[in-house]
Amino acid sequence: MKFRSLIFANLFRKKIRLILTIGSFAIALVLFTFLAVVNRAFNRGIDIAGADRLVIVSRVGLMQVMPVSYGDQVRAIPGVKYVTHDHWFGGVYQDEKNFFPQFVIDPENHRKVYPEFVVPDDQWNTFVKDQQGAIAGAKTAKRFGWKVGDRIPIKNTLYGPTKTWEFNLDGIYHTEKPDGDEGQFWLQWKNFDENIPDSIKDRMKSTAGWYILKLDSPDDSVRVAKAIDTKFANSSYETKTETESAFAAGFAKQFGNIEFLILSVGSVVFFTLLLVTGNTMAISVRERTAELAVLKAIGVTDGSILFLVLAESVMIALFGGVLGLLLAWAAIPVISAAVTGLLPPLLLSKTMLSLGLVFAVLVGVVSGLLPGIGAMRMRVVNALRRV
Amino acid sequence: MIRVDGQGNGKSLIQVRGLSKTYRRGGEEIQVLQRLNLDVDKGDFVGFMGPSGSGKTTLLNLLGGLDVPTQGSITVDGDEITHMSGSKLTKWRARHVGFIFQMYNLIPVLTAYQNVELPLLLTKLSGSERRKHVETALSVVGLTDRMNHYPRQLSGGQEQRVTIARAIVSDPTFLLCDEPTGDLDRKSADEIMALIEELVAKHGKTVLMVTHDPVVAARAHTTLHLEKGVLVEASKVEQGVVAGGVA
Repeated sequence: MKFRSLIFANLFRKKIRLILTIGSFAIALVLFTFLAVVNRAFNRGIDIAGADRLVIVSRVGLMQVMPVSYGDQVRAIPGVKYVTHDHWFGGVYQDEKNFFPQFVIDPENHRKVYPEFVVPDDQWNTFVKDQQGAIAGAKTAKRFGWKVGDRIPIKNTLYGPTKTWEFNLDGIYHTEKPDGDEGQFWLQWKNFDENIPDSIKDRMKSTAGWYILKLDSPDDSVRVAKAIDTKFANSSYETKTETESAFAAGFAKQFGNIEFLILSVGSVVFFTLLLVTGNTMAISVRERTAELAVLKAIGVTDGSILFLVLAESVMIALFGGVLGLLLAWAAIPVISAAVTGLLPPLLLSKTMLSLGLVFAVLVGVVSGLLPGIGAMRMRVVNALRRV
Repeated sequence: MIRVDGQGNGKSLIQVRGLSKTYRRGGEEIQVLQRLNLDVDKGDFVGFMGPSGSGKTTLLNLLGGLDVPTQGSITVDGDEITHMSGSKLTKWRARHVGFIFQMYNLIPVLTAYQNVELPLLLTKLSGSERRKHVETALSVVGLTDRMNHYPRQLSGGQEQRVTIARAIVSDPTFLLCDEPTGDLDRKSADEIMALIEELVAKHGKTVLMVTHDPVVAARAHTTLHLEKGVLVEASKVEQGVVAGGVA
């Protein structure tokens, strides 16, 4: 690139302005990245949902339970391969801020439905035999320094009077999917069912919070979902069956329209960035009217003039972008740790970093476009007359 | 030989025929140049004088392919430039015209060397070839020892020398100088004019220069006067200029 020296020389012409522009770009990009990470955290469930899995919840709502006997009836529907069921345990470990999701699972079928959660066989076998057993996700185990064999006390206030349940940590699971959830804690349904307090036994005994079923083929999802809901229509426990991704999306929406909120704030950030960089470029081009006119006079083509302006704005955006992404990369784990329990884990993936960089380049191109086209169309004679 | 009667032999380097330029300002039409003829041979040094608004700079802009005439034609070295497209004209300028401006118009963030190199970035010359050309141009203007200086580190005269080096580095067909000494003191102006004379005498350059200064104009082989857009006289008749102006 023959004009390299000119591009760099122009870029560093006003150092303070450059630093301020790059700084504002970087800070805005940190905010934008943070919003994207939060959005991703809320939607992660949708993205990692299995295409061949359906979720059955009570038509009344997620907090309503269904009879555990539904499992066998659902399994009998053609196209259903495996069925498992979960309950929300909702206990507290030591302190409320130590939140992590705890599920009462059906060990017999859980592994078949969720093959992406990997537990060593010996640990799994111990867990299946141990009614007080539990399995923790690798992230949660690491967070609290747990190791296999530890005794984990969890206080529960959700089901009847406050009671502390104690579990043996029999195993630790990992996930095979990138961005997979390694924060859960599983305990045995049998243990839960047998120890339900008397006060709620009549409505909670032999129940499941929701069912997850694996299909023979994702193509069967509509037919099977319809068959299930038809089967239990007009019963005491009517169902609502949907794909796992639709369920996850609905779950995320319980927190409000996060996506809309983030999109709105993100758009403001985007346009602010455009204005900041565009303004810098417009001032910069205006200051250099005579120089650009001379370049055109000596034979630099209109296309090259546009390229020079765009190259400069893209360089500003890239410097700001890289700085912003580095800051975000450093800050997001700290923020994630600070808001554990309030927000899902915040992860800044390589894809998101790449997207951030693409976003920065896009802002650079768009913000340089108007001043660039102005410079390109500028008439040399008029520009020289203004000097 | 320089002629303004439109009766050239057709072999001149620059041939201008019936050149008119009209600007429209508001609802009013302002005729800046009126049916000019001009023939300039290779190696000629022409000075254009005239009061402000007489059309000197407009004529220079038209000759340099920076502006297009309302009427008439300009042929340079066989190329009729008046009907060239914008992009073709840009390429033509890069190859055939060297510009020297009153305000130097150097890029302040580039060194003298980098400023002089600019026109060569538009060619296919390699880095080492470019260096050779730039060093030659800077040695012609006597600034080899200042090649790494920025414009702010140079005097006005030195800046204008860098502009001249930039104008000649690509060996253009002719040089256009718009008040080249207008921003300089007398001593520096003399030095610059001596340099331009040397370019003509020693290097065979063709130079067309606009100036307000009669002392500077006197250094040209021929001085043509523009008044209200018309070439009204030629000062050095002994050089073969045919007076008249309007064909």
